[in-house]
Amino acid sequence: MEKVVRRSEASVKLMRFVSDYVILIPILLLVLVWWLIAPNFMSYNNFMNVLRQVSMVAILAAGQYFIICSGYLDLSLGALVGLAGIVFAKGMVDWGMAPAAAGALTFLMGILLGAVNGCMITVFRLPGFIATLGMQYIARGLCYVITNSYPVSKIPASVAWIGRGHLLNAVPWPVVIMIAVYVVISFVSKKTKFGRFVYATGGNQEAAHLSGINVRLIVSTVFVLGGIFAALTGVILVSRLNSGQPSGGMGFEFQAVIACVLGGISLTGGKGKALGVILGAIFVGLLTNGMTLINVDSYLQQVVQGMVLILAIGVDVYKQRRQAASK
Amino acid sequence: MDNPEVILDIRGLTKEFPGVRALCEVSFQVRRGSVHALVGENGAGKSTLIKILTGVYQATSGDFLFKGKKVRVEKPLDAQRLGLSVVHQELKLVETLTIAENIFLGRPQSSKSGLVNWSAMRREAKKLIDELHIKLDVDEEVSRLSIAQKQIVEICKALSFRADLIIMDEPSATLTENELECLFDIIANLKERGITVIYISHRMDEIFKIADTVSVLRDGAHIRTLPISEVDREQLISLMVGRELGNEYPKLPAEITDVALEVRGLAREGVLQDINMHVRHGEIVGFAGLVGAGRTETARAIFAADRITSGQIFVNGKEVHFNSVRDAIRHRIAFVSEDRKQQGLVLGMSVKHNVSLVDLDNVCVKGLMNERRERELAWTMIKKLAISTPNEEKETRLLSGGNQQKVVLAKWLAVDSDIMIMDEPTRGIDVGAKAEIYKLMCQMAQQGKAVIMISSDMPELIGVCDRIYVMRDGTISGEIARENFSQEAILNIAIA
Repeated sequence: MEKVVRRSEASVKLMRFVSDYVILIPILLLVLVWWLIAPNFMSYNNFMNVLRQVSMVAILAAGQYFIICSGYLDLSLGALVGLAGIVFAKGMVDWGMAPAAAGALTFLMGILLGAVNGCMITVFRLPGFIATLGMQYIARGLCYVITNSYPVSKIPASVAWIGRGHLLNAVPWPVVIMIAVYVVISFVSKKTKFGRFVYATGGNQEAAHLSGINVRLIVSTVFVLGGIFAALTGVILVSRLNSGQPSGGMGFEFQAVIACVLGGISLTGGKGKALGVILGAIFVGLLTNGMTLINVDSYLQQVVQGMVLILAIGVDVYKQRRQAASK
Repeated sequence: MDNPEVILDIRGLTKEFPGVRALCEVSFQVRRGSVHALVGENGAGKSTLIKILTGVYQATSGDFLFKGKKVRVEKPLDAQRLGLSVVHQELKLVETLTIAENIFLGRPQSSKSGLVNWSAMRREAKKLIDELHIKLDVDEEVSRLSIAQKQIVEICKALSFRADLIIMDEPSATLTENELECLFDIIANLKERGITVIYISHRMDEIFKIADTVSVLRDGAHIRTLPISEVDREQLISLMVGRELGNEYPKLPAEITDVALEVRGLAREGVLQDINMHVRHGEIVGFAGLVGAGRTETARAIFAADRITSGQIFVNGKEVHFNSVRDAIRHRIAFVSEDRKQQGLVLGMSVKHNVSLVDLDNVCVKGLMNERRERELAWTMIKKLAISTPNEEKETRLLSGGNQQKVVLAKWLAVDSDIMIMDEPTRGIDVGAKAEIYKLMCQMAQQGKAVIMISSDMPELIGVCDRIYVMRDGTISGEIARENFSQEAILNIAIA
């Protein structure tokens, strides 16, 4: 008797694992296919290359993940990355700040603009879509205004390691940061009250409110987190490019959404696992990497990415409808 | 059969929904040119009947003759074309368009060129309004009208279809005294023109004032149709209520002690006025009243889910000020909301996570959530409330209504709430689960908890409560002690 119960518990756990991380299956298939047809795919250096390429979008997606989980979407994240990069670069190059001070200013700006996003939504009750779209225009506009639309160059060599260095000469720093970010957010989402509140708010805001959860505070906080991750991404981007580009981070917000959706985060909120997001980002990275290796035209790659996104959402919608029907 | 006097002949209409029989073999006739009242409790089947007549639902069996002909009504427009229109309780007008545009919505008067003939449309609209002896500018935007004026627009819209029969679904629910007089004038005007009116209302006074005939529905069945002159108020109410109480309510004796919650002069602008009530430890207090009387609003106001304009709240004799739901929860008040799917549960979350949601500190060790403690808590509640679920990880949306309700209760019992406010706790759950919920409520009372039960199901209020407050129009209009409980007594206070 005891054994039967155990086994069913184990099988329930396995089923949950599979349904939480469905993305692992296409990832394995993709690795297999590229291994067979793409030369040079199966190498340590290439894998690190893929991880480094996805790291910035993946870090930004950590912010988007909390926001989507609470039932919203942040369209301003890419522009915030750009603005963060400009502030960081300008701070060091033109405003005479030490790298650490410029970094602190960058994070402060991320927190502030994230809070503005949150306030527009919770206090002034603007629809999240519109509020963050407005913020996208403001932040991107400021990028060009501050720089006169010229890139900021002559970045101090002392920050080069963040984007271009390796830990122990083996793992690129952006990859290390990405992994650290996901360890932390995975812990936060599973082990802290805040994490649970985010899911409850996204799952049913009214029920969360009536259970005594301060819904406004939770929503504001997730947008602040979005700003913080945008700032982090911006700093890495400047170091990686060795310049502050006013168009930096353009479109990152949607790439972050793609990573979330592929990783099983429900766009309606309240569902999905943090680790799924990094896997979603890695899937996109593997897809583009392999296509590049077999010389697929980069515009065609974009077409394929679009199709993958539609397919992923289609599968999600189908799953939800089937669950609703089985109810 | 082919009596020209009869405009509507309903013959054996039955409507079944999965698991529920909403209408059962309903047959009656409506005389041409009369004002025919349709009455019954909430859930008696009035709305279902109207929806079948107007093509929103299709009957499972039975049919009806309209103007002597058997008709097929498959969608609302069919009914309107036949001359059968409804003025809904929630008005269905496009707020941003003008009166004239609304009246001819979807079928504007067009000229030969195929363009909208605005002048003809406005002329027609004006004529319809004038015929009711009302003054309204047809170019006025509907959003600027009062509810009564909007009703007039709806009536004109019905008349523009040359309606022979207009159904008014609780038109008076939202009207002031003066507006009501105006509505009665319009109804008299329609009657003079030979137009039949089916008038649905909960208010006895109105029915006796304007109706010629009355039909009573109860539990989906037609009870009687009779001239209004042959019935008095008490008889009509007892026809509506009808049934005897069975012994489905296991009332357990509990010791009633000190006042747990007291409310004085509670008000919320435009919604609630001067609510005074109290509930004692060990007591189950019912809130009766019609839908929209302000019962849920009162509960939400006490629980700080909505802001209040004025009033005092006392918990165990001490005055408290709640700034948020959290404050109310800290004073061990629980609110089991009316709509468990929209407000009670996070449906996509597991049983375990829903049960622990109100106070996560319960399942935390050193500030971090502890999976083992959370699972233990879930299993304690699953056993205590006999929640039928294969495991604690099951998503709550996959549970039955009764089990979902138990999960909501579990979430509040997990934090050892002392004052339980339960809004329609048994709505939409089957008889067996209902009995279990009643038993749980009685057990809570025995443990010294104070229980408030809001319900539209009068037999259950009578069966379970120690005392009942009756609400009407946003205030408490009466209080009944257990020895005086009867459905007639409740309805008499609930219906002005």
